Amino acid sequence: MIPVHYYLILSAVMFTTGVVGVLSRRNAIIIFMCIELMLNSVNLTFVAFSSYLGNEAGQMFVFFVMAVAAAEAAVGLAIVIALFRNKQTVNINEVNILKW
Amino acid sequence: MNQLLTDTLHTAPITGTIVLALVVIMINALKKDSLRMEYWVSLIGIAANIALAVWAFPLRGSAFAGTVMTGGFASLTAAIFLVAAGLTIILARDYIAKIGVNFGEVFHLILMAAVGMMTFAAGTDLVVTFVGLELMSVCLYVLAGISRRVLKANEASLKYFLLGAFATGFFLYGIALIYGMTGTTNILAIAQNIAAYKSEPLFLVGAGLLFVGFAFKVGAVPFHMWVPDVYEGSPTIVSAFMSTGAKAAAFSALLLVFTATFDFSHSSMNTVFAVLAVASMIVGNVVAIAQTNVKRMLAYSSIAHAGYMLIGITAGGDVSLAGVLFYLIAYVFTNLGAFGVTSIIENAEQQGTDLENFRGLYYRRPLLAVLMGVFMFSLVGIPPLAGFFGKYYIFMAAIESGYTWLTIVGVITSMISVYYYLRVVVLMFFQTAEEGEAPKVTASGTFALLVSAAGILLVGLFPSIVLGWMGGLF
Repeated sequence: MIPVHYYLILSAVMFTTGVVGVLSRRNAIIIFMCIELMLNSVNLTFVAFSSYLGNEAGQMFVFFVMAVAAAEAAVGLAIVIALFRNKQTVNINEVNILKW
Repeated sequence: MNQLLTDTLHTAPITGTIVLALVVIMINALKKDSLRMEYWVSLIGIAANIALAVWAFPLRGSAFAGTVMTGGFASLTAAIFLVAAGLTIILARDYIAKIGVNFGEVFHLILMAAVGMMTFAAGTDLVVTFVGLELMSVCLYVLAGISRRVLKANEASLKYFLLGAFATGFFLYGIALIYGMTGTTNILAIAQNIAAYKSEPLFLVGAGLLFVGFAFKVGAVPFHMWVPDVYEGSPTIVSAFMSTGAKAAAFSALLLVFTATFDFSHSSMNTVFAVLAVASMIVGNVVAIAQTNVKRMLAYSSIAHAGYMLIGITAGGDVSLAGVLFYLIAYVFTNLGAFGVTSIIENAEQQGTDLENFRGLYYRRPLLAVLMGVFMFSLVGIPPLAGFFGKYYIFMAAIESGYTWLTIVGVITSMISVYYYLRVVVLMFFQTAEEGEAPKVTASGTFALLVSAAGILLVGLFPSIVLGWMGGLF
């Protein structure tokens, strides 16, 4: 049996990778993929804790996270397409009429 | 089966608004040229749901196996969000026709976002809180980009979406760590052993990450980067709804989780709240002075107001809970009004919201200028308007809990804010109008603004009645 903290370290590393990716990448799609990575590391944490505690509430939460992430993906990609039609770019450095 | 019916009935403002939103989208799908009908159905439905919220007010308890709160706090906040949604819909009808996005979906999305807000603020299980937060956010991402041929709106909705989803990641990771520590996601169950958990690092890290998610949603410094861009770029009525409904929802949920159940007052977490409050008040008020666009100025002012409300959260306890809720009510009316006037001044290209466009407004549209003056004075906090009592109760609570220094910072930054709020008033009343087209005023828009102004005056004149609703909310 693999101890629970292995999973927690893996998910913390995944989460950090996602955060660093969001902050350093400039392509809207890649930023979005990094956000998905963050959400999936959360899922891993939930499943690891759920198995460790012998409590199914965490696994149930994972389904909610997946469903919401899917809904967000639909809306997010639609927004990216709307932007691309107007501007022919998905690089967020070139999207700057509003000053940051 | 009976239990299910009772629960559905007791959470009536939420379930009723879901039904209403579905009815509205069905009308949109089945009937041609249905905008007018959807508008009226939405308004009547919202009025009915506010009545249901009032009816459910005494039914304090929980429903659906302890995952959702009923009555009391849930009803009061539901009524606030429904009023915000209703006023937004009234303002929206003429505005969306003006900017050429007169789709019925707008009403559906506003109603669905209101459902999300109510669920967010009423959830006593973090699953429900999370789903409510996302329902609200996803609807608002779409609304921010609803005028999809306007580049500025695309940009605003992309920024809102990316940073909102990023914040959701932190929010969820916080919940995951809290779950790992406590074995449950029900905040009432967690609250029973809260004293033991508060010394556990894992729980504190989880609560901290959860708070980062909340701080993003309320737009507190240093998590405020998205606020000015999104409020400026989005259609003005959507900014109005985001700055009132969404902010009120995030603050209500923050109150429910961090003040009412976890009770982080008198702990190390309080320092974090206090630092964020001070940073928000200073950054919001100082940067607002430099703005020339009214929407962007109101965005910075909303960051500053988040700072004032965070003072209440820092102070903790029942008095400041009531103070923050009072502030939220005052703020919803005031900011909806201020953004509403801006949406009427704006032209069809979604331009013309600069301070210059307010110059001499009194000589072109006297009523509009007087109303804007009322909203500005309420934002400053001048008695007898609602904004004054909001600040008063929060500062009182802070002094009682020994946060006199926070109150001093709050008062000083309020003094700074007088400059940029009154600049608008001076421009409108004491500067001569150049020859130009007067903004087109419509009956429904004026009605919504008058309701907001009446709300500010009534709340300001009878503050004790409003405060009376807040006794024993939980």
